[in-house]
Amino acid sequence: MSTLTDLTLAEARDKLKAREISARELTDAHLTAIEKARPLNAFITETPEKARAMADQADKRLAEGVAGPLEGVPLAIKDLFCTEGVQTTAASHILQGFVPTYESTVTKNLWHAGAVLLGKTNLDEFAMGSSNETSYFGPVISPWRRTGDPTPLVPGGSSGGSAAAVAAGLALGATGTDTGGSIRQPAAVAGICGLKPTYGRCSRWGIVAFASSLDQAGPMARTVGDCAILLKAMASHDAKDSTSLNVGVPDYEKSVRAGVKGLRIGIPKEVRGEGLSAEIAALWDKGAEWLKAQGAEIVEVSLKHAHHALPAYYIVAPAEASSNLARYDGVRYGLRVPGDDITQTYENTRAAGFGREVQRRILIGTYVLSAGYYDAYYLRAQKIRTLIARDFEEAFKGCDLILTPTTPGPAFAIGAKTSDPVEMYLNDVFTVTVNLAGLPGMSVPAGLTGDGLPLGLQLIGKPFDEETIFRAAGAIEEAAQFTARPGDWWSTS
Amino acid sequence: MSERPAKTIEGVTGAWEIVIGLEVHAQVSSKSKLFSGASTTFGGEPNAQVSLVDAAMPGMLPVINEFCVEQAVRTGLGLAAQINLHSVFDRKNYFYPDLPAGYQISQYKQPIVGEGTVLVDLPKGETIAVGIERLHLEQDAGKSLHDQHPSYSYVDLNRSGIALMEIVSKPDMRSAEEAAAYLKKLRALLRYLGTCDGNMEEGSMRADVNVSVRRPGGPLGTRCEIKNVNSMRFVAQAIEYEARRQVDIIEGGGAIHQETRLFDAKKGETRSMRSKEEAHDYRYFPDPDLLPLELDPQWIETIRESLPELPDAKKARFIEAYGLSPYDAGVLAGEIETAAYFEAVAEGRDAKLAANWVMGELFGVLNREGLDIEASPVKPERLGALIDLIADETISGRIAKDVFAIMCETGEEPAAIVEAKGLRQVTDTGAITAAIEAVIAANPGQVEALKKKPKLIGWFVGQVMAKTGGKANPQAVNALLKERLGPLDEG
Amino acid sequence: MSVDADTVRRVAKLARIALEEGRVQPMAEELNGILTWVEQLNAVDVAGVPPMTSVVKADLKRRADRVSDGGYAEDLMKNAPLAEDHFFVVPKVVE
Repeated sequence: MSTLTDLTLAEARDKLKAREISARELTDAHLTAIEKARPLNAFITETPEKARAMADQADKRLAEGVAGPLEGVPLAIKDLFCTEGVQTTAASHILQGFVPTYESTVTKNLWHAGAVLLGKTNLDEFAMGSSNETSYFGPVISPWRRTGDPTPLVPGGSSGGSAAAVAAGLALGATGTDTGGSIRQPAAVAGICGLKPTYGRCSRWGIVAFASSLDQAGPMARTVGDCAILLKAMASHDAKDSTSLNVGVPDYEKSVRAGVKGLRIGIPKEVRGEGLSAEIAALWDKGAEWLKAQGAEIVEVSLKHAHHALPAYYIVAPAEASSNLARYDGVRYGLRVPGDDITQTYENTRAAGFGREVQRRILIGTYVLSAGYYDAYYLRAQKIRTLIARDFEEAFKGCDLILTPTTPGPAFAIGAKTSDPVEMYLNDVFTVTVNLAGLPGMSVPAGLTGDGLPLGLQLIGKPFDEETIFRAAGAIEEAAQFTARPGDWWSTS
Repeated sequence: MSERPAKTIEGVTGAWEIVIGLEVHAQVSSKSKLFSGASTTFGGEPNAQVSLVDAAMPGMLPVINEFCVEQAVRTGLGLAAQINLHSVFDRKNYFYPDLPAGYQISQYKQPIVGEGTVLVDLPKGETIAVGIERLHLEQDAGKSLHDQHPSYSYVDLNRSGIALMEIVSKPDMRSAEEAAAYLKKLRALLRYLGTCDGNMEEGSMRADVNVSVRRPGGPLGTRCEIKNVNSMRFVAQAIEYEARRQVDIIEGGGAIHQETRLFDAKKGETRSMRSKEEAHDYRYFPDPDLLPLELDPQWIETIRESLPELPDAKKARFIEAYGLSPYDAGVLAGEIETAAYFEAVAEGRDAKLAANWVMGELFGVLNREGLDIEASPVKPERLGALIDLIADETISGRIAKDVFAIMCETGEEPAAIVEAKGLRQVTDTGAITAAIEAVIAANPGQVEALKKKPKLIGWFVGQVMAKTGGKANPQAVNALLKERLGPLDEG
Repeated sequence: MSVDADTVRRVAKLARIALEEGRVQPMAEELNGILTWVEQLNAVDVAGVPPMTSVVKADLKRRADRVSDGGYAEDLMKNAPLAEDHFFVVPKVVE
C-alpha cells in the first residue's frame, strides 16, 4: 500500500505544510485504501467527492500560506456527528437517509482547522454496544486477527468503525464518542490511541445523544501526539451547549514529550483485586514499571465504589437514552411506518426503526424511570455516582493520574458475546467509572496478547487535566514501542 | 379580611361546598423562547419561528433564556412568594406530535418559586386571600390542527418551546365568582409586572381548573381537572357546570372518578377526555442537558427593587392620597392601563373629580363602544384639560359633559370646542340678573310658593340656567337668586 | 422486583415500541437478567448521599433574550416523512 497512509497525522501535517505532499494525493491515497477495505464495513457513508473538493481547497490554502492547523489532513467521522449535507444515521434504520442541515460543533471545528472528511464511520446503533455488532448497517470487522486464525473479530465499540479505520490505515485519525468506554475500549482492542476528554471539554451540540450526562466526543489516532493534535482542534467552549465549559484549550502536543518525572501514578487496589486475567495483570504491572523507570512515583489509591460503576451505568445510561430517543417518532425526520392512528404509527415506527439492543435499553430505561421504581433504581444509581466521584476526588489528593487496564481482555469473535447482554456490558468494566465521574481518560496501546491481539492501558486524569494524561501516555508510548499493525488481509481477500 | 360567608349550592340532599384550585399557564413576555433563540411573536407563518432545538433535531441542546428566569422571579416577587435559590429542570416524558422531543422541559420537584399569596377583591366588597402553591418555568408545546384534512393532523411548532409560567393556586376558592375574580387579579398582576401580556384570546394565559365538591366543612372530595379553559367567563361556566354534575352524580349514588375533562364552550359543558384516560407515567427526571439553576440573592434584590407599584399598593395609595372610596380605588387600580390613565388625569387636579370623570363619562363611552382604555378616543391629557375648564369655571360640569361628547366624536381640544360653540360660562352678573328678573316676572305664583317652600329655589336655578342656555355659572345664579329673593328660611 | 409479561407490555406501550406477543416473554427474561445484576447496588449504603445532578461544576449557562434563530421552515421539512405547506403532517390525532 501507499506509504502515504502509513504516515502519522503529525508527519502528514508537517509534509503538507512543507508542501512535500499535496492534500489531494494524501486524500486520494486514503480514499483508495477505504475502497479496498470495504470488507471491514468500517464506513456507513463514504464521501469521496466531498473529500477531494475539501482536499483541493486545503491545497489552495496551503499554497496561499493561510493553512489551518489540520490543513489537508483526512479524517473519518463517527456517524453520530451531524454533518451538513451528508447522511447521518447513528447506525440506525430509524435515521437512515437523514441528511442534517447543520454541522456539529466538533466537526465544524475540524473543518475550520482545515481537515478533510473521508466519510462517516460505522458504530453500534446509537452508540449502544461494545462490539459494533448492533449497527443496522452490519458489524464492523476488525482489521486484527489472531495469529494464524482467520476468525473475524470485533473492533470493539461503539466507535468500532473509527477504530478499525484508523488501525487499518484508512484515515489519519477519527472522531469517536465515549459514553461508557466507546472511544477507549475499541482503541485498546484495535491497537490505537483514544481519548475521552473531561465532560464539558468538547461540545455535544450536533452529536446524536445517547446519554447526555455521560457522552463526550474525543479523538482516535495511531499515536498519542496525533490525539493531542486532534483534541486541540476539536475542543472549544460552545455557547450552544449548557454543559460545555469555558476553559482554555492548551497546546496538548507540547505535553506529549514532557516526561513523567515527579508525577504520582495511582494504582487503585480494589480494581487490582478483581479477577483479572494474568495477561492483563502483567501488562498493568509493566505499564507501572515503564512510568516508574521514567521518574514517576507509583502509589496505591482506593476507589471503594468502583465495582458499583458498571451496574450504576446500566441504569443511568438507558434511563437518559429512553428519553433522548423519544424524538425518533417518525414525525419530523427519519423512518415512518404508518399505523391506523398516531399511537400505532409511533409504535410501528419505533419497532421497525430501532434494533434489539436499542429497544432493550429503551425499555430498561423506561422501566427504571417509571412510577414506583425511580427511587429504587435511578435515584440510587445517581447517589452511587456521587460516591464514585468522591472516591476519585479523594484518590487525586494522593496522585496525579490513575493507571488501569482499558479492557478485561482483547477483541473477541463476532457473535461470541451477543447472547448475554450482561456479559457484553462487562467489557466496559474499567472504562465506565470515568464517565460516571466526568473525568478524562485515555487508552494507549501497550502490548499484544500471546495470540497477537492488541491490549491497552488506561490513564485517568483530574478534570480538565488532559495535559498530564498526554505526558504519561507519551511516556507509555515511548516505552512500549508498540509498532504492531494488522496484516493487510482485507485488500487481498 | 372578613370571614367568608358560606357559599354553597343546594342539592336535593342538602348544601354542597365547591372547592376550586387553578393551574394557570401564563406565557412569559420575552422576545425569544425559553431554551432557543426563535421568536415568540404570535401568528407567524407555520414553522417559521422554529429553531433546530424547538424541532428536536438530533443532537440539539437547550440553553436557557436569562430574561425568562428574571420574569419568573419578578412574578414570584409580585405574588409575595418564596424565591428558590436552587431549582431544577426536569424532563416530563410523553409522546404527542406537537411535543417534538418526546419530553417537555419543566420543573417538577424543585420549582423556581414556592408559596405565596394573592389578595382578591370580590364584587360585593369582600377580599379573600388565595394561596399560591408554586410557580415553575416550562416549555409550551406546538399546535396540531385537526380540521384541515379527514385523515391527517397538521403540526406547527411555532409555539413549541415558548416559556410558560405555571402558577398553581391552593384549593382556596369556593365559588365560580371567586375563581373568576382570582384569575382577573392574577392577570392584572402579571400585566402590572410586565411578565405576561394576559391575552387569553391568543392563548397567552390558559387555566386548568380543579373542581371538587364536599359537604360544608367536610373532607375534600375527589377532584376533576378541566383543561385549557381560556376565558374568565368560561372558567365560571365550567365550574358551575362541573360542580352541578358532581353533586348530581354523588346524590344519585355514584362516585366521582379523578379524571381530566375538557370544557366545551359551545355547549357550556365539560366532557371526559378519552385520550388522556390512559395511565400517565411521565417518568420525570432531571434534564441532563442542563445544570441546576442557582440564583444570586443580590440579583433577586435588584429585581425586587425594580418592581413597579402593584395593584394592592396602588389601591391603598389611591385611598390614602386621593381620598377615593375603596371601591373606586379598587376599580381604578384594577388594570395597569386604567390606573395609568387615571393618574395622568388626576395629576395636579381634583382627584375625586378625575375619578368621577374616568369612572363615569369615560367608562360609559368605552363600554358603549367596546373599547379598551388604551384605545380611548379621549386621551388623558385632553380629559385633564376638560377638568381644568371646569375648575377655572370656564364651563360648568353640565356643559363639560356636552363638550366631552364632542371630544369623543371629533377628538378636538376641549378649549377649542368651548370657543367654537360659544359654551363659555356666563359669569357676567348683569346677564344673569336679567335672566333672573325675567323668570321672576313670568312666575309670580312660584315666587309666592317659595316663601313657604325654600327648596323651590332649585326650580328657579333650573329656570335661570335654561334661560342662559346652560352657560350661566350655577354658583353665581344661586347666589344672585338668594340675594334677589331675600333670605330664605332654610329650615 | 421481577418484571412480568404485563410489565413488559406496559413499559413497551409507554416507550411506544410495538412488541410482538412472541417477544414479550423473552424480553421479560432479558430485562430480569439485567435488573437482577443491577440489584447488587441495593447493598450500597447511600444514606445521606445526594444524587449526582451534573459532573460539571459550573453555573447554568444563560443566554440573552434575543431572536437569533428560526426562519427556515423549508429546511425543517427537508427530512420530514410527510409535509405540506410547511406543516408536518401526521395521522389524525383524536383528542
